[in-house]
Amino acid sequence: MRYLPKSPSERREMLEAIGVQSVNELFESIPEKFRLRAPLALPAALSEPEIIQYFQARAAENSKGYTSFLGAGVYSHVRSVVTDALVQRGEFLTSYTPYQAEFAQGTLTAIFEFQTLMCQLTGQEVANASMYDGSTALTEAVLMAERITGRHRVLVGRSVHPEYRHVLQTYAKNLGMQIEEIGYTESGQLDRAALKKESLEQAAAIVVQSPNFFGVIEEIAALAEAAHRSGALLVTGIAEAVSLGIVRPPAEADIVAMEGQSFGISPSYGGPYVGVIATRDKFVRQMPGRLAGQTTDAEGRRGFVLTLATREQHIRREKATSNICTNEALFALVATIHLSLLGKEGLREQALQNLAKARFAQAELETIPGVRRVFSGPSFNEFVLEFPRSVKMVNQDLLREKIIGPFALGTHYPELTKRALVCVTETTPRAEIERLAAATRKILERPV
Amino acid sequence: MSYKSTEIESPVGKILKAREHVSQNEGLIFEKSAPGKRGMELPPLDVPVLDASKALGKEFTRDAVEGFPEVSEIEVIRHFTRLSTWNYAIDLGMYPLGSCTMKYNPRVNEFVARLEGLATEHPEQPAEVSQGCLRILYDLQKCLLSITGMDAATLQPVAGAQGELTGLLMIRAYLQSQGNPRKTVLIPDSAHGTNPASVVIAGYEVKNIKSNARGQIDTDHLREFCTDDVAALMLTNPSTLGVFEERIAEIATILHERGALLYMDGANMNALAGVTRPGDFGVDVMHLNLHKTFSTPHGGGGPGAGPVLVKKGLEPFLPVPVVVQKEDGKFALDHSRPQSIGRVRAYCGNFGVLLRALAYILAYGPGIRQATEDAVLNSNYIRKKLEGVFDLPYNLPSMHEVVFSDARQKKHGVSTMDIAKRLIDYGFHPYTTAFPLIVPGAMMIEPTESESREECDFFIEAMRSIAAEAETNPELVKTAPHSTRIGRLDEVAAARKPVLRWKPEEGGSR
Amino acid sequence: MYPKDYRYTKEHEWIKVDGANGTIGVTHYAQHELGDVVFVEMPKVGAQLKARQSFGTIESVKAVSEIFSPVAGEVIETNPALADAPELINKDPHGGAWLIKVRLADRKEASALMDAAAYEAYIAGQAKEHSA
Repeated sequence: MRYLPKSPSERREMLEAIGVQSVNELFESIPEKFRLRAPLALPAALSEPEIIQYFQARAAENSKGYTSFLGAGVYSHVRSVVTDALVQRGEFLTSYTPYQAEFAQGTLTAIFEFQTLMCQLTGQEVANASMYDGSTALTEAVLMAERITGRHRVLVGRSVHPEYRHVLQTYAKNLGMQIEEIGYTESGQLDRAALKKESLEQAAAIVVQSPNFFGVIEEIAALAEAAHRSGALLVTGIAEAVSLGIVRPPAEADIVAMEGQSFGISPSYGGPYVGVIATRDKFVRQMPGRLAGQTTDAEGRRGFVLTLATREQHIRREKATSNICTNEALFALVATIHLSLLGKEGLREQALQNLAKARFAQAELETIPGVRRVFSGPSFNEFVLEFPRSVKMVNQDLLREKIIGPFALGTHYPELTKRALVCVTETTPRAEIERLAAATRKILERPV
Repeated sequence: MSYKSTEIESPVGKILKAREHVSQNEGLIFEKSAPGKRGMELPPLDVPVLDASKALGKEFTRDAVEGFPEVSEIEVIRHFTRLSTWNYAIDLGMYPLGSCTMKYNPRVNEFVARLEGLATEHPEQPAEVSQGCLRILYDLQKCLLSITGMDAATLQPVAGAQGELTGLLMIRAYLQSQGNPRKTVLIPDSAHGTNPASVVIAGYEVKNIKSNARGQIDTDHLREFCTDDVAALMLTNPSTLGVFEERIAEIATILHERGALLYMDGANMNALAGVTRPGDFGVDVMHLNLHKTFSTPHGGGGPGAGPVLVKKGLEPFLPVPVVVQKEDGKFALDHSRPQSIGRVRAYCGNFGVLLRALAYILAYGPGIRQATEDAVLNSNYIRKKLEGVFDLPYNLPSMHEVVFSDARQKKHGVSTMDIAKRLIDYGFHPYTTAFPLIVPGAMMIEPTESESREECDFFIEAMRSIAAEAETNPELVKTAPHSTRIGRLDEVAAARKPVLRWKPEEGGSR
Repeated sequence: MYPKDYRYTKEHEWIKVDGANGTIGVTHYAQHELGDVVFVEMPKVGAQLKARQSFGTIESVKAVSEIFSPVAGEVIETNPALADAPELINKDPHGGAWLIKVRLADRKEASALMDAAAYEAYIAGQAKEHSA
């Protein structure tokens, strides 16, 4: 087998050196009745070309050749071949968590840069080395708010990504946490009037996402004020991180939980992505996850180490701030390289292109009879349209045109059937936007 | 910036090393920044330009991100290439971190994960145009079930610790459906720290049980502890000592007789694949670490994947969605499962990691047993050659890893950490230090199957040499490493006055 | 080494009683076992402590230890110097690195604890256990 570096005679010699006749003797501590006699029922071994063939065949069964208008938490953005070339260096790809700092300065330095970039983007003071993704980062941010405030109720906007809320519910269920959902207004923003005083006074946090699941930017400063007045925190989720190129950062929030997929990470059918938690310095000891910190060696040279590890499970065990161990380091590196390439001007330009294209698409689609915009609040690269008929039916027809239509909101919001969440990024060519508009117009003109 | 010359020893006497290149002293990306540079250009905008503050309102917009780097493409290439040279990696040599299973990460896995039509797929796209992705998930599930002997699987958890939590939540839901979720989960003192941390998030209390003098679960002790309040025992098998629980059948029986379940932490599955199946020896719920046994790259700390496998009775509680094959042969995501514990992560988990694991399994097929045999062979070979040089606190047969202690070297003031750091000078990554907690001064060595006999011999030679140094020149070991770009770092200063991000005014000393 | 007018616990805290109040810290032996202290977590002023109740933690780089109150009482002051200079615990555990001051619930309670001689004998026994 090509991955195994031993010849039959080397195996024999090693067995001899150990003092056993056959390799089976090394497994004698496993009770005999549990030792397998027959080979596993697995497909026969494949050579490298056959493995590639298998996966190419699978790729051909997917959406190659389709244009997609899906966002809803996962976005198609520009990526550079430079990023991919660099993260495939074995020194990054095949190294472990940097516990042995002297032998892992590459990873540690990059993590420190990642933490810095995330602070700059979010307007926060400290960011960790990564979480699994946006959904679990948001959940961990809520648990963190609970620890800080000692309160057990959270007020969560219904405009937060439904799958993020679902993850939060799964985690919260057995921890004695009460989740109160807060509706949205005609602007598509969290309904601040629905924040009851008595709820706020018991709340660990208000949880909001901006841009929210409808693509609408929330009023972070006002929400922070409402939270702080009652001793609660403001947790802000961000699913579309490119927005931070032009959208005001949630600096007033106490904890920011972000999905970094937009920073050079391919959609990859749901993962791996990279989650981020950023917060204020004063809350750092309540943070989950790894942190890289700057220090020096005996000769005063700058170096980086994992630090404040006493928060983590390998030291504090059942009293740790989280059970997280493995994180998404390689994808934090992808984001770091990608943002270094894109830079200050590039990120801003990218964000502006998203805004311009989304507005163009919205205007194009709104000219179709029966199609209208639903929410009045400011939106970034996603917007909600009302269709005169079921979004799923329209999408079925669009699929025939090799278009993956917008996200049908009725799946998660019963009150929003016939509402579609359209996403347009800098990677969507104008011609495809026009093709979507033309196809949708034709479909809606046809009688049902 | 000034260039430094360094005097170094050489066989011909002291020489002046050529001026130190900046690559050995690479700064942070922020320190290379200058206004107006960029490393990536976008295609021109093909729709009318908008003014952000007009389109969104001034109160919702920002100026360019303060402090963000402005560098060119070649600077990015050099910066990260230089950083990479400061890392050790499996691609460079043996990485014998016990319990981490640092095996070869096949390159073809990286290639297929990047294919157009796989890397490009959106998790919300309709099933009609996702059949390839769904089939990959389905095929992987089938393979994992075959390897473990379990009945049903979820691929959603994205790390071992999340797999633990998912498994525990399923245990809770299962017991709840029987009328009582119970209160405590038993954990041996040799367990990984994620176990107790996960138990707490699942709403259970941790009860630690002591290992016996042989480092195994004390079944009398277990019988005594296993009251009606106990929901499960979380067992790592082989244990973190690298030893198979010989009384596994009895352990399962004790639990099952009291209505409790056996959870297996599959972190050490690399000792078992193809040789024995947890489903056959009484395990009810388990997780696998695909970034260990199934070769997906660790990437400096992640990503991972922690699929959970269960026996039939727990299937209704799997997280949603579940990948299913319909009667017409098509694949779909089933969301309507009323008894499900819910969701532990958005979408379908770390698909990109899952498909790499499938590529690994496809490469081996049933021959995966050979990998297991070689892993166990390597660890026993190293054990044999180092026995007598290092103290072996538990003398039971080793499987894929062997745990020594620094008891002998300690007499010369040399600790496991010192030996670990000195290994760096010999060109090896250190083994795992200070774990498991039941071994003071633990030295936990897991070579994996990826090491040739030659590489094992080099490692053995290095360890013997360090043991000799510990006696003759302990200072040499205690001040190691001597060969890295920087020396031992001041972790105390890092923790007392944390500096966790770069600031322009603090860019200072190099 | 161990002040004669202090009382000591098996968990290596000391208390110095001064009329109605007591000052509490950790012993030299404790700081030595912990290694370089990097952080101290303190209770809030006004907190009511029971005897043997955990009131905070002391962290080194790779360990966390709980600190237990030798006696019952109300926290009336915490040592402000330790936030910026936790290393004081290593340098001056019996003096400048006091942790908290409490208003004693029972002035006599501390006298049941070990005196310096008993504590020194106790830690001598502990040290022996360690080397065994």
